[in-house]
Amino acid sequence: MSRDAIVLLGVNHKTTPLAVREKLALSAGYDEPLQALGQLDELREYYLLSTCNRVEVLFTCRDVEQAQQRVLDVMFGRAITASELEQYVYRHVNVDAVEHLFLVAASLDSMIVGEAQILGQLKEAYRHATKVGSSGFILNKLLHKSFSVAKRVRTETRIGAHAVSISYAAVELARKIFGELAGKKVLLVGAGEMAELAAEHLVRQGVAEVVVANRTLQRAVNLARCYNGRAVSLEELLDQLQQVDIIISSTGASGLILQKEDVRPVMRDRRNRPLFFIDIAVPRDLDPAINDLDNVFLYDIDDLHNVVEMNKSERDKEAVKAQRIIDEEKLKFGKWLANMESTPTIVQLRAMVEQQVRSEVEKTMGRFDTMDEQQRQGLEKMVAAITGKVVFPALHYLKTDRHCTGLPERIKAIRELYLLDTSSGEREE
Amino acid sequence: MSFLLFQTCVVVYLLATAAYLVFFLTQKNSLRQTGRAIFLIAFGLHSANLVARAIETGHTPITSHHETISFFAWSLGCCYLSFRWRYAVKNLGAFVSLLVLALMLIAAFSSRSMLPLPPALQSLWLPVHASITLFADGFLALSCIGSIMYLLQEREIKKKRFGLFYSRLPSLETLDKLNHHCLSMGFPLFTLGLITGSLWAKQAWGAYWQWDPKETWSLITWFLYAAAVHQRFTVGWRGRRVAILSIVAFLSVLFTLWGVSFLLEGVHTYVS
Repeated sequence: MSRDAIVLLGVNHKTTPLAVREKLALSAGYDEPLQALGQLDELREYYLLSTCNRVEVLFTCRDVEQAQQRVLDVMFGRAITASELEQYVYRHVNVDAVEHLFLVAASLDSMIVGEAQILGQLKEAYRHATKVGSSGFILNKLLHKSFSVAKRVRTETRIGAHAVSISYAAVELARKIFGELAGKKVLLVGAGEMAELAAEHLVRQGVAEVVVANRTLQRAVNLARCYNGRAVSLEELLDQLQQVDIIISSTGASGLILQKEDVRPVMRDRRNRPLFFIDIAVPRDLDPAINDLDNVFLYDIDDLHNVVEMNKSERDKEAVKAQRIIDEEKLKFGKWLANMESTPTIVQLRAMVEQQVRSEVEKTMGRFDTMDEQQRQGLEKMVAAITGKVVFPALHYLKTDRHCTGLPERIKAIRELYLLDTSSGEREE
Repeated sequence: MSFLLFQTCVVVYLLATAAYLVFFLTQKNSLRQTGRAIFLIAFGLHSANLVARAIETGHTPITSHHETISFFAWSLGCCYLSFRWRYAVKNLGAFVSLLVLALMLIAAFSSRSMLPLPPALQSLWLPVHASITLFADGFLALSCIGSIMYLLQEREIKKKRFGLFYSRLPSLETLDKLNHHCLSMGFPLFTLGLITGSLWAKQAWGAYWQWDPKETWSLITWFLYAAAVHQRFTVGWRGRRVAILSIVAFLSVLFTLWGVSFLLEGVHTYVS
């Protein structure tokens, strides 16, 4: 009897070009694909993660080869050809799968190492899996473990302590300027993807309001709705500057939309409350000389890139530390997994019962090694027989397949019942 | 007794400063706790020293140069602790302990002899006027430290080159607020110091104001701070400009404290 195998199949930004990833991405949410996986008899437990950089399926099964094939067909088969599958999809089994999951959770496998979003996405994915009841005994344990590993990496290394992406760098700068971001107002000028990302980070930091200014008002209205903000037209830009604190500009305009001389009078009206301009448009939207004004700070996309680069080398050092933590946790989980096979449990249970019978016999009859050969053999036989009889119901329980309780649960029950995982197993009579 | 206390407290301040500086560089949290604890011990010893000295001399120990500087350092410690208690300013301790230590060393190297009080100073006004003024100086020193931190941090953010300070100093907003609080405490106290001094002068010398160099420089300092506070409240000056003005004004405070006494002649000399 052996336990189920843990298998992880997936594609990520490292193995697969964006064009292919787009085809595989689960744009319609988790429910449908999870249901499709539920149709497969081969899978015991399964869980699904989809982000913009990766799609991964994690499952436990008996027959690895067969289950893999079925999952690939269901998940990816329709979108890409078999040869592409072969080329792009990575497969990890058992300990490798565990390690990969830990790496992902700890954000070491991310495009931007150390970013914190991935853990949230992982938890979200897990929530979906628990909702349909597709994760069971092993995956629950594994995923919870991966959360705590991620947390450990975060607290014990400084990998997450640095600005890790453009938008994070912007948020960190804003914090250094304004202190608390709660109550601050953000103005998005133009509505690009980067601007949205930065705005999202800022909203998560608790900014009070998001104002969107765009050339086409309809687009501004749509985007503003996402953040419960309001939309204004581009002509109102200067008026808005008096009220907002952070401006993220990303229009497609070919020239500058804001000059130093436009901003100077605004500062007087603002009574010099600081303004933070983030210019992520290429070509630039904002006059670089704006940065020369007192209490006004301007960062363009290159400046932000420099902030990110500066943190990179230090982060790589921390990644080594993080890898060590993951190796440690992988070993621990491996041990736990090994206990989930029935053989070690049976061996351990037998050894424990035999030890106790033997010690009771020795209490009454004297020590075995002082006896003569014939008597000792007789008693040994008796010990073995009693052990066998005592252990039998437990073994029977372990070995009989039941519908309602799977092997892992049965093993767990036995281990708990006989206190096999506590050092004081001898307490039991 | 007071001498021994003084020696020990200088040494303990030295330790506190060392701990704070190492914490500043390594950012290990346990060191901050240590630094704070040592600083508190040093402050306690310092307070005991002042009390002991007051008992030994029989008057408020703010008359000689040594006493004045020591009391200045103590009031700076007071101001800092009062702020620590209200809200945290990251790594302020490192800067404050450095200044306190510098003041204590200066005090340590000036004459510690206890001299009888000249008749003009034998008045209830002495403790009132001198301690109010030195407490004002404590807050103004703290505002100067906050301003220096502000300028360091602002430079790194403006120049977009992040070195030692960016991650270690608090946000600009916090530093600006610190400066604001210190000015709004320090300036009224300073004004009160001027008024009490003037009343005392009337009593002791018969005139409210006699354009003695120390008085003149105090007035110059007062105008500098008045300008900073005024600009802040009316036009909304903040950040860099107020920071620079606070630093300049504090230099004027220091000049009033030392320059006037040693370079210019006047009635306000230390007892020596």
